[in-house]
Amino acid sequence: MHHVDPNVDVNLKINNIPVTVKGGTTIVEAASKVGIKIPTLCHHPDLPVRATCRICVVEVKGQKRFKTACNTMVEEGNEIYTNTKAVREARKTILELILADHPMDCLKCIRNTNCELQDLANEYNIKEIPFTPTAEVLPIEANNPSIVRDMSKCIKCGRCVEACQAVQDVYAINTANRSHEFTITTAYGKDLSESTCTYCGQCIAVCPVGALYEKDDTGRVWEALDNKELHVVVQTAPAIRVALGEAFGMDPGSVTTGKMVAALRRLGFDKVFDTNFTADLTIIEEGNELLQRITEGGTLPMMTSCSPGWINYIEKFYPELLPNVSSCKSPQQMFGALAKTFYAEKSGISAANIFSVSIMPCTAKKYECTRPEMNSSGYQDVDVVLTTRELARMIEEAGINFNNLAEEEYDAPFGLSSGAAVIFGASGGVMEAALRTVYEVVTGEVLQDVEFTAVRGYTGIREAEVDLAGTKVRIAVTSSLKNAKTLMEQIKKGESNYHFIEIMACPGGCIGGGGQPFRATAAIKANRAAGVYEIDSSQELRQSHKNPSITEIYEQFLEKPLGHKSHELLHTHYTPRKI
Amino acid sequence: MSKIKQVLSVNFGKIQPDSVEEYVKAGGYEALKKAFSMEPVAIINEVKAAKLLGRGGAAYPAGSKWEQLYEIQEFPKYIVCNADEGEPGTFKDKMLLEKDPLRVIEGMTIAGKVFNSHEGYIYIRGEYRKIQKVFQSALDNAEKAGYLGNNILGTDFSFKIHIMTGAGAYVCGENSALLNSTEGKVGRPRIKPPHLAEVGLFLMPTLVNNVESFANVPTIVLVGGDEYLSYGTPDSGGTKLVCLSGHAANRGVYEVPFGVTLRDIIFDEEIGGGVANGGKLKFYHLGGQSGPIGFPEQLDTAYCCKVMRNNGLSVGSGAVVVLDESVCIIDYLKSVTEFFIHESCGKCVPCREGNTQLQFILDKFSKGTATEADFALMKKLSTTMAKASFCGLGQAATTALDSCLKYRKAEFEAHLNKQCPAGVCFTNEEGGE
Repeated sequence: MHHVDPNVDVNLKINNIPVTVKGGTTIVEAASKVGIKIPTLCHHPDLPVRATCRICVVEVKGQKRFKTACNTMVEEGNEIYTNTKAVREARKTILELILADHPMDCLKCIRNTNCELQDLANEYNIKEIPFTPTAEVLPIEANNPSIVRDMSKCIKCGRCVEACQAVQDVYAINTANRSHEFTITTAYGKDLSESTCTYCGQCIAVCPVGALYEKDDTGRVWEALDNKELHVVVQTAPAIRVALGEAFGMDPGSVTTGKMVAALRRLGFDKVFDTNFTADLTIIEEGNELLQRITEGGTLPMMTSCSPGWINYIEKFYPELLPNVSSCKSPQQMFGALAKTFYAEKSGISAANIFSVSIMPCTAKKYECTRPEMNSSGYQDVDVVLTTRELARMIEEAGINFNNLAEEEYDAPFGLSSGAAVIFGASGGVMEAALRTVYEVVTGEVLQDVEFTAVRGYTGIREAEVDLAGTKVRIAVTSSLKNAKTLMEQIKKGESNYHFIEIMACPGGCIGGGGQPFRATAAIKANRAAGVYEIDSSQELRQSHKNPSITEIYEQFLEKPLGHKSHELLHTHYTPRKI
Repeated sequence: MSKIKQVLSVNFGKIQPDSVEEYVKAGGYEALKKAFSMEPVAIINEVKAAKLLGRGGAAYPAGSKWEQLYEIQEFPKYIVCNADEGEPGTFKDKMLLEKDPLRVIEGMTIAGKVFNSHEGYIYIRGEYRKIQKVFQSALDNAEKAGYLGNNILGTDFSFKIHIMTGAGAYVCGENSALLNSTEGKVGRPRIKPPHLAEVGLFLMPTLVNNVESFANVPTIVLVGGDEYLSYGTPDSGGTKLVCLSGHAANRGVYEVPFGVTLRDIIFDEEIGGGVANGGKLKFYHLGGQSGPIGFPEQLDTAYCCKVMRNNGLSVGSGAVVVLDESVCIIDYLKSVTEFFIHESCGKCVPCREGNTQLQFILDKFSKGTATEADFALMKKLSTTMAKASFCGLGQAATTALDSCLKYRKAEFEAHLNKQCPAGVCFTNEEGGE
């Protein structure tokens, strides 16, 4: 019988090296403790185990068959061998079988040099494939603004299915068919745009190969940059600056703000602005909206609206709860509306000649900018959204030595931002930023400690209660759509007593977005979050309402929060899209 | 002396299958009555003493399985009967379900009593649609007569059995895939551990046994484990329903005690009766497509799970497909592989890709384009599939190939030179391909 006690020590030997681990440890984990790497492919540390690729096979003494190291838990007295002739041959055979069914057109693959299958082929010294090629050329599915599916390259590991189902509870994709026809597809093979897909891109983030990727819009940006008629402005989301460095070999969480700004200038952008500025602006508008809802009896709990994957989710799954969503546009779209109105006016450049690019950690943002309601300026407010990965590709293509760039500053008038804005990049950040402002607005007192650490974190649903001059405001924060579902069900059953809920579609928030550099794990996302909080804590200015540029834009242009101009440019509405 | 021994098949054709009255008249439900007066542990001990080995094909000791489930103190527990009988050449469960369903029902009910389970499921393959009706009628009649349903035999014990129907997937005969399918999920195998005894149907402790295994339970309870064991060999208790097909003279289901020889099964006049139409035996496929292939020189092997295994053979499901000299081994293996290509669930690499690639290689042999290097390639594929596949389907898919490579490599080698001893391959040669 199989009993696993995490408190009991298990003693075993791996390749004759003694190791002691706790019960419930897998062979992969135990091996890594003694410096032995066991290859994995279908397994991802943040996802439920599948054990279907079989590349992680090992020999366990006394067992007739190999055991898969990703899911097999160690047992007392195990003698495990990870590097025998039989194991090497089996792994190589499995790799050859996968490769026989793979197009192997690495040179023109988006994952070239950053592919887990390519790495394994290299590690296992694959020089020729003894099997008959079976890879079929399938049509590339790209009929939506966010996600491209190239099933010719799919190795059927199923990680994307786990991300879509176990993590996000969206079930846009599933496995279908048997045997060699086994595939990963939407219901009835329909287009992703006709599925429950929210474009969160978590499937892309976990894909080990080039089967899933963001719709590449770098070509449109190069074209705009090369067009002398156009004034090309760019905004950068809070979570980019702590992840972009990974694409250039830096440690996860490295703060690269100054280098990123410099790189964007070298790419040819006329103005390099910061989405953080409109994150601060979001706090002013959303904070006031919350207070208005609380004092005037509006729909509660109010829910944040900056994550477009989350907006797609609620429009498709809980349209009846759309009145709970803040009417504030996301910082990206607030920026877009202001760039082609306020900034156009201020700079004397016609909005028609402004090309607005946004660098986002997100694939759903690509869809968000194409929403018909996102044209408050009379034009599409944000013309193109690039993911962190696409920006990295442009920097490489331009031959910019990113790591050696001297740091530069953002341009005015959208360059100055508070520490409250940058923490939008991590789950809990919007809530914390809102509290930093709302507290002072309501109580009139100066907040002694601006850090609300209770809302920070990666997992589960975090709750807190804040006393605002006698009014107890109950808040909840979560990330991932599965967790969002829990909160939505509470509201539907009338069991939710919160005033304000922050929801981010991606686990960990934007630092874990579907557009971020590949190979992220919970540990890497934690480093990115630490980078975000490091930027915040090193800043003097840590509250949105204290940002002088915010005060200025209200004085010069917007007049007052929730005012007429705000309503026109900074707020939006949602559409039920029940599938 | 007759090699036949009728224990399970004693009622075949003698009673109306769904009639409780006739079943009882023939001695039915005596075991259930006896079981109600016994301690559960005592019943398990009889099953252990009987050395009842799982009749689905894996020959796992049923007593151990029962003991493991009994030790788990989590309820409800479920009793599941695997009647997905999908192994080609296997049709013995069909006979039990069709000709004596109440024996299976009685066996399941005894198991229900042992584990204090109140719900059983029988997963019957979709192709047995007609038999499902017979079985349902037997269930209804048993319930009416007080042998099933609420307050069985006037006690406070209640047990119901539901029929689930398969939809044609061979892999659903794999117990964990069968449970997934029963739950309404896609019929693909689960990761083990946890074992089904711990986390089975609806994530609860579950007993999954084959139809024939359950059918043996009433006899074991009635005659006792030791007596039952004595019908067979010291390692394989009781009798076995064997299914003769292919070029056997007498095709059909026969009940033999463990310990008879393969020669008895294939050539005894009362059983297989030799090869049809005066043909000569070339080989025989044992236990279904997933089983090994045997050759004439192995005919004196005793039909006993242990002896067979020790000789690279297997009882498996009880299938014995007899093939005469008109059959080409390569051609036959291609049909076996074709079957596994069709039935692989597709989730793991060795099975999904391995079977497909194996077929390409076999095809080269049958076309005369194979080379010496293909032997090594087949060997490495078969080793990888057997040792690294996710479930029994992929692990067993190359069993037949391995037998042939071991004992009849010469026939493969002949094909390298475009010679097919059976005259099956290369017949279109003159026509020019």
